[in-house]
Amino acid sequence: MSAIPAELNSAARLTGAADVTPAADPPASSTATSTESVLLAGAGGRKPWLPERVQAVLLAAAFPIALVVLWHYLVVVTGTKLVPTPYQVGVMMWDFSFGGIHDDAFSGSILTHLLASMQRVYGGFALAIVIGIPLGLMIGKVRVIRQMLDPTLSLLRPIPVTAWLPLSMIFFGLGPRSAVFLVFLGAFYPIVLNTIFGVRSVDPRLFEAASMLGCDGSRMFRQVVLPAAMPGIFNGLRLAHGFAWILIVVGEMTGVPTGLGSVIMDGRTLSRTDLVITGMIIIGIAGFLTDRIIVGINNRILRWSPQHHG
Amino acid sequence: MVNDDKARRRFLEIQEVTKTFQIGADQVQALRAVNLNIDKGEFVCLIGASGCGKSTLLRIIAGFEKPSSGRISLYENAITGPGSDRGMVFQDYALFPWMTVRENISFGPRQKGLARKYIDEITAEYLNMVGLEKFADRYPLQLSGGMKQRVAIARVLANECELLLMDEPFGALDALTRESLQQELLEIWARTRVTVIFVTHSVEEAVLLSDRVVVMTAGPGRIEADVPIALARPREVSAIDFNQVRRDITQRLTSHVRHGSVRDLKAVA
Ligand SMILES: Nc1ncnc2c1ncn2[C@@H]1O[C@H](COP(=O)(O)OP(=O)(O)OP(=O)(O)O)[C@@H](O)[C@H]1O
Ligand SMILES: [Mg+2]
Repeated sequence: MSAIPAELNSAARLTGAADVTPAADPPASSTATSTESVLLAGAGGRKPWLPERVQAVLLAAAFPIALVVLWHYLVVVTGTKLVPTPYQVGVMMWDFSFGGIHDDAFSGSILTHLLASMQRVYGGFALAIVIGIPLGLMIGKVRVIRQMLDPTLSLLRPIPVTAWLPLSMIFFGLGPRSAVFLVFLGAFYPIVLNTIFGVRSVDPRLFEAASMLGCDGSRMFRQVVLPAAMPGIFNGLRLAHGFAWILIVVGEMTGVPTGLGSVIMDGRTLSRTDLVITGMIIIGIAGFLTDRIIVGINNRILRWSPQHHG
Repeated sequence: MVNDDKARRRFLEIQEVTKTFQIGADQVQALRAVNLNIDKGEFVCLIGASGCGKSTLLRIIAGFEKPSSGRISLYENAITGPGSDRGMVFQDYALFPWMTVRENISFGPRQKGLARKYIDEITAEYLNMVGLEKFADRYPLQLSGGMKQRVAIARVLANECELLLMDEPFGALDALTRESLQQELLEIWARTRVTVIFVTHSVEEAVLLSDRVVVMTAGPGRIEADVPIALARPREVSAIDFNQVRRDITQRLTSHVRHGSVRDLKAVA
């Protein structure tokens, strides 16, 4: 009985990892992708020859490693000066983290930029959670509120969040607050929509059962609507968290002095592609780690439903 | 005081209840002029062809649906919505999947804001009554159908409901599990003297369990017959008198099904 969820888990962990890591790497050519998937399929078909966990990690690592190797050879073969080799990026990453190599404005400055970006990402994300979840629960459960707000939401939703950039700069000026606002907007929609969907897909009998047992009003929201909608809410949180990191880069490219987005923008201006790629990789890792944390909380809160484990 | 008062009042009264559903431009009449009185402590089975409005009637009694016309009252107070004096046991259980067995059972008592110690006592008592102490900390998804239905029964009983509404509660269970749950339900009923309205498609189940079998017919739904079951308890399915009663009720069921089809044919012609 317990072996099946464990297997599901590691499979999900594997796909989850493959989902996130390529974002931090340069785009793959299609040939590499297909050979790699053949390799993966071959390995998966055999009987496990290593502990399952180790095997999962190896499988998850194989693809990015192959990409890095491919990247290296493409740079060497074409002799391009526009794209650095993985090794050069590695050196840059070391200097950005600990200093002592280039000794310029970026040496050893990772914490300043990472913390600035994290503050904005989690600030905007938290704001979107605090507003988005209660709003989604009410829109999902209360018909009048749904009739009142749903059309407006549907109208605003197709507007790309980046299109708000000019307005947000007028509202909040050039600076971090504008970036937080963009992150908030980007995280808000997936959270609201998935919360609504989460409530709407609850078996209505659960609400009937709760009301016949004497539960109503705000207690109904806390004790029944919220937990019942949790699978939908966590879907929304994972999506929203991804959008939050996308939008922080856009937000920080508008003249904010700190943050990983500004580092990438500076790298572009200075034609330092190694710096750009370093920024990309760090965002990828930070996003990946936060996603793991969200999945961990998800698995704890939704421990009653193995089907919803990430 | 209150109990004395309740003792003098009539328990469940359903008078001229109709129900019409609006589906777009169409109207579906699910119930037409249903009259039914049920005394406290009775075990009543509702039986009838599919679509004759049994679930609708039960949901109106539970307060989940409002009747289109007619009156329905409990202790002579009109029923206007769901309340903790009536508990529904659904065919598909409707347990809260994120709560353990224990938390599901204690849900009703917790809503009343009772003292923690008292809640724990009630929960333990009903866990014991349905024999699920060992599974108290399991989640519903980890239980078999029969166990889930036991939890659902304990959940409404722990809420001290006076009227247990059961909509084909054992319909999805295998024959063995169904038999043992029928026996357990009878024991619980004998012990708590809760009033039960039990919807079933099985004449045998109805005759085995109930004091009265109420036969409903479709097109639109109404009560065709109200048959008291005088057989002594405990009842034996293979006994001769049991089979006589069963045959009698089956006949009543099929006779109006035949009438119904004649009526349908006329309507077509
Ligand atoms: N929410 C609803 N909206 C529209 N029509 C409904 C609704 N609920 C029930 N009906 C209709 O009312 C009639 C009675 O349905 P009901 O579910 O009460 O029958 P039933 O006797 O419980 O049938 P079964 O034995 O199959 O459970 C049916 O014609 C059904 O289509
Ligand atoms: Mg029904």
